Amino acid sequence: MSPSPRPASLGPLVLIAAVVGVGAAAFAYTAGWFSPQRLTPDKLVDALAPPGGPALGHRRNHAKGICFTGMFEANDAGTALSKAMVFVKGQYPVLGRFNLATPAPGAADATVRVRGLGLQISTPDGQEWRSAMIDAPFFPVATPQAFYELLTASGSKAPDAMKNFVAAHPELGNFGAWAKSAPWTGSYAEERFNSLNSFVFADASGTDHVVRWSLLPVAQPAAVPPEDLAKRDPDFLEQEITQRVGSGPQRWTMVVTLANPGDQTADPSKAWPDDRKTVEVGTLTVDKIEAEADGPCRDVNFDPTVLPAGIHTSDDPFPAARSAAYAKSFDRRTAEADDYPRTVPGAKP
Amino acid sequence: MSGIHHRFSPGQRVLHWLIAICIIAMLFIGVGMVSTITPIHLALISLHKPLGIAILVLALIRLVLRVRHGAPALPADLPEPMKLAAHLSHLAFYLLMIGMPLIGWGMLSAAGYPIVLFGGVHLPAILPQSDGLHALLWDAHFYLAFAFFALILLHVAAALFHALVRRDGVFDTMAPGPTHD
Repeated sequence: MSPSPRPASLGPLVLIAAVVGVGAAAFAYTAGWFSPQRLTPDKLVDALAPPGGPALGHRRNHAKGICFTGMFEANDAGTALSKAMVFVKGQYPVLGRFNLATPAPGAADATVRVRGLGLQISTPDGQEWRSAMIDAPFFPVATPQAFYELLTASGSKAPDAMKNFVAAHPELGNFGAWAKSAPWTGSYAEERFNSLNSFVFADASGTDHVVRWSLLPVAQPAAVPPEDLAKRDPDFLEQEITQRVGSGPQRWTMVVTLANPGDQTADPSKAWPDDRKTVEVGTLTVDKIEAEADGPCRDVNFDPTVLPAGIHTSDDPFPAARSAAYAKSFDRRTAEADDYPRTVPGAKP
Repeated sequence: MSGIHHRFSPGQRVLHWLIAICIIAMLFIGVGMVSTITPIHLALISLHKPLGIAILVLALIRLVLRVRHGAPALPADLPEPMKLAAHLSHLAFYLLMIGMPLIGWGMLSAAGYPIVLFGGVHLPAILPQSDGLHALLWDAHFYLAFAFFALILLHVAAALFHALVRRDGVFDTMAPGPTHD
């Protein structure tokens, strides 16, 4: 048999071309190449960059930070809410990072309103619970799309961009009021850190509980006027926490807040009423501080969707968006490691 | 190879079509999950990892069958460059089928992410945590995925060319269904 396609048999070739073309088009569609409006991780991460461009090698947001290690001591109370081992009475190693909500790793500490804490708790069953919390009691906006639009509007040169955004997103006013009125402190150790997003705890009987959690400082917060903080060293927070932990471990109580039926669980811009049931599940102890450049938190992505069995995401759309964006930030900065040199040659991450 | 066959063995054919479905799904899941920040992102990622490991296991079984049973000879009248292309593409398929899951597994290991298959079932890290390794493997995983899809399109075009234009029996060697000859 010899291959002799007759001119009349153009049909098969057209069919082959069509199959290949449809396959390629479907792939391109799935990848979003025909959907310029789709909010991709790249677009969200690009929008975080300050006007001068991102700081290469660093996290794209919460770029300034310092590593800590310590432990989480569970008191067993959380086992009524979640079957995760992390709540079973015992001590579990912790790795974390105090940070500031800024894309600039060189920002002066007094210039950044929102402070954060990244946390990774490991349990002997091989599971991990990662979380990234901030000191604000609620998020500025209700959806990831709105957060992207906020970033775009605040970076826009159009005169009405922010005005139009605020008009369309009145919830931003609550955040503005918090930022203006909430006291500043002089220490990471005096801050309360909140999950903001809701998650689902699944207990051993299979019952789900929608929760948010917070770390409440054991240290008594002392308000310091921001104008006084502005006179301190640009790195006063890092210096203070290093000294403070050097002279004694610092502690936070982890408190889980349970939603009532009917509570808004998908919108982190809305705090739940104060009377919601809370459960103290354990204590975080921070006993060592290390600079980020060579520290153990440097190459950790505090992805809030890294959860042990017994905790999973809720209808809150933010953890998925944060996971996608954090991964993109991680992918970029690990490829830029030369731009953020380690200070000790050959230091292990 | 052991003797002359007109078709791949039934086990090889079943694995071919099963893996084909898995890999095509895998590539669509992959490009979809990295292009969105909606909760679909998480759902797709949680499919991507166990499916990748499933493909790795199936591909290794297939490699054993290939070594044991070989492949039917290509038609004698097929031009040499096409024979070479066929052999090289099969080699590329095996390298990608086995390499891509390993690269993905290694990439997650180098990033220090837990490698969750489902529920509480984790895989161990196969590489130490390293920003440099992560960056290298991430690039490899990303660009090889597009190369893989392009190779699949080429493979489909070639298979249909054999089936519809040359009608030389090559397509039948891997066609689903019972053996007629």
